Amino acid sequence: MENPSNSNFSRRKFLKSSGQFLIGFQLVPLLSCSGNANALPESYDGIPVRPHGDKDLIDSWIRLDTEGHVTILTGKQELGQGIRTTLLQMAAEELDVPIEICHIINGDTGQTANEGYTAGSNSVEGSGKAIRQAAAEARLYMLTLAAHTWEEDIANLTVENGIIRSNSNKEITYWKLLKGKHLEGKISGKAVPKNYQEHQLVGKSIFRGDIRNLVKGGGHFVHDLRLDGMVHARVVHPPSYGAKLLTMDFSEIFELPGVLKVIRDGSFLAVIAKREYQAVKAWMMLKAISEWETPKIKVPQESLFEDMKSNSMSPETIENSPDLKSKLEIAPKKVAQEYHRPYHMHASTGPSCAVAEWKEDHLTVWSSSQGVYPLQNSLSDLFGLNKENIRCIGMPGSGCYGHNGADDVSAEAALIARAFPEKPIRLQWMREDENQWEPYGSAMVIQLEAGLDTEGKIIAWDTNLFSDTHSTRPNGNGGHYVSARHLEKPFEFKKGGFSGGSYRNAVPLYAIPSKRILLHNYEGPLRTSALRGLGAYGNIFALESFIDELAHAAEMDPIEFRLKNLDDDRAKAVLKSVEEKTNWKPVQKTANKGYGVAFSKYKNSASYFAVVAEVSLDKAAKTFKLEKLTGVIDSGQCINPDGLKNQTEGGMIQSASWTLLEKVDFDENGVLSIDWNSYPILRSPEVPIVKVHIINRPELPPMGAGEAAQGPVAAAIANAVFNATGSRVRDLPLSSEKVDWEKVS
Amino acid sequence: MTERINLTVNTVEKSFIADPTEPLLYILREEFEINSTKFGCGLQQCGACMVLLDGSAQPSCLLPCHSAQLKSIVTLEGLEKNGKLHPVQEAFIEVQAAQCGYCLNGMIIAAVGLLKENPNPTDSEIREGLQPIICRCGTHSRFVQAVKMAAKSTQSF
Repeated sequence: MENPSNSNFSRRKFLKSSGQFLIGFQLVPLLSCSGNANALPESYDGIPVRPHGDKDLIDSWIRLDTEGHVTILTGKQELGQGIRTTLLQMAAEELDVPIEICHIINGDTGQTANEGYTAGSNSVEGSGKAIRQAAAEARLYMLTLAAHTWEEDIANLTVENGIIRSNSNKEITYWKLLKGKHLEGKISGKAVPKNYQEHQLVGKSIFRGDIRNLVKGGGHFVHDLRLDGMVHARVVHPPSYGAKLLTMDFSEIFELPGVLKVIRDGSFLAVIAKREYQAVKAWMMLKAISEWETPKIKVPQESLFEDMKSNSMSPETIENSPDLKSKLEIAPKKVAQEYHRPYHMHASTGPSCAVAEWKEDHLTVWSSSQGVYPLQNSLSDLFGLNKENIRCIGMPGSGCYGHNGADDVSAEAALIARAFPEKPIRLQWMREDENQWEPYGSAMVIQLEAGLDTEGKIIAWDTNLFSDTHSTRPNGNGGHYVSARHLEKPFEFKKGGFSGGSYRNAVPLYAIPSKRILLHNYEGPLRTSALRGLGAYGNIFALESFIDELAHAAEMDPIEFRLKNLDDDRAKAVLKSVEEKTNWKPVQKTANKGYGVAFSKYKNSASYFAVVAEVSLDKAAKTFKLEKLTGVIDSGQCINPDGLKNQTEGGMIQSASWTLLEKVDFDENGVLSIDWNSYPILRSPEVPIVKVHIINRPELPPMGAGEAAQGPVAAAIANAVFNATGSRVRDLPLSSEKVDWEKVS
Repeated sequence: MTERINLTVNTVEKSFIADPTEPLLYILREEFEINSTKFGCGLQQCGACMVLLDGSAQPSCLLPCHSAQLKSIVTLEGLEKNGKLHPVQEAFIEVQAAQCGYCLNGMIIAAVGLLKENPNPTDSEIREGLQPIICRCGTHSRFVQAVKMAAKSTQSF
């Protein structure tokens, strides 16, 4: 009988292409140029796999076959941010080829260059810049080759749709010219990328190639990978951090059908079964029969913030003006406040998944890790295996907003594969594994004090920031995988110092003559690492709430106050634009509505983003609702406007969810936020209307945008709630219960 | 304990031996090699595993496969008719309503289920209709827009 799923999707093709994870375009309705795409067959199995050379070789980034396809290689991962489309646009633009014939291979240690982690909104600035230059070099290389062949001056040659033409009517395609040879040239820096005024593809809202496949149910995620002989695994994680497994005898598990093996290594416990559901059933039974010795979490959730202030390390000075104290003392107006951010989780929609195969001392891992090379390094450390024997192939996972469970599940799949070699092992976490064991965005305490002069200028600023680390990515250390710490011979977890992530955006962009920023590093009770924006979310929530409080103290309009204290023209431009787009002055506070504004320049070096939040009140029910968010973003040159809007809208809604609803709950026995009921996030009925406007600056370099909205949205909501109710909520999440409804007339 | 199970998925009938309590989700992925239905929570809280069961959108992660016999089961793979995508699928492409895409199955199936019952939903009815589905990337505003577009495009779902 025919398999119904095969009508839309060739399994063979998915298996074949998943080795190099190839994505191309099938439909590009917004694209006007036709090129020679129609001449090519619809499916493309990709160019043969081979390793990359150095980063300074064109061939490490761009490969042409003999049939008329272009393949771009990037070390960055597709996380749902649409990076593949953006990078293909940049490459096709410089190569002068139709985008329909372009394909892309994401991070694969067997093929692509090492570009570290896909993080920090760096992909366009990093990989995009490299690919743009490599494409310009490739075009120059081929023009030079044609000029040499024809004995013509290169100035007499033009390229259109991959066809080189000379003044003397000669023409040849890139593919005929190369005859399957590699682009052997070096990236010399001699090729000059196009002037933005010549751009045909960059700046257009080209459709993402993968959405058509996704809506048809095509294989896409590492979760969808099906390899011959593949078996299924589940890991029984300890009930809480540092728990020791006491149970020795698991023989009764083998009474369940399909169970192939139980792996116990110290306190690492896993089961392999033939079918996925058999693995799930075995996981349930193992959970029920396993006994653990579980240490208590020592810091109670209700005293977490007090503990952070009293038990942190001696402060690190990030910035210090010697005259701060005296400036604060003489300031005519002073304000001091304290803000709190709880632990937040990534809570990816799909629990983390990986496939691993251990064959003749060679390990292959299919993973949605944000960095395949760091994964290879860390697995090498974990297994004492040469890097050459480990191949890590990047595949899309469920939306990932930093360091979530993707790395841990990859290491666990590899641990299981080592114990059960020769067969591909598919491991997916259960919902509670994800919620309890992923590393969270750290809780933070931010104490701010500032002095104002009589004109409404900020003259002094003092920040005391308390936070656990925002980066414990594996990056070569086996001990950074949770399960490596649970082994019979445990790997030690060495934090490796606190990263700059904690004070990201803690230094105000405002023109303040005297300021001090102190960071108090804290070792908290829960596991933490990178979550979208790192410390910037908490810091901007505090900073931009506080700016609103200062504006209030100065009796000034919040936008006017910001403009007065900024001297960065692009910062002022996004604020003025959001003021105009929301008709700001006329919309200030009505009986049942309030408005708040906030702004940041992400990392003080990437995108500018300003946002206005609108909240409405239900005074009888003592609740407020976030109705609308209007944002303006300046990311320099915009490569794909719809992609930029999509990312920014998503960031706004996700931040609204963190801000309004989310906190990781725990007690002495462990994390309590184990599912969507105990860790609710925003669902469709409560999601605000979101509008995004772009200030495009094609003459400037593109800047990272994916994390720009997180912080400002939080503060804008808090400021809107204050505007509507007179209550200043400084402790997230910002729930209706925290509003003083007595104050509301 | 296993027994013979007969299921009709996307109009294709298949008979196989399985644990009758095995939830439909795993059967779809394992026996039918369906990709669209996803494991999200296994608790009927997130909607990643939605299917159309006799035309109504239902989570499949806890539904024993034996109880899905004699019912019409439709997944994303089966929405296409005569080489034409379903209007909801078309609208999702047109609006570019996806980020990571893990929730797309639930969103599209819930939308088709909603439009079958209510071909002209208001904004708030669409939002309520998509309420059971978790989206962590924050693509909701585009989903609502896409469902509106699909509703306008045709009256028959």
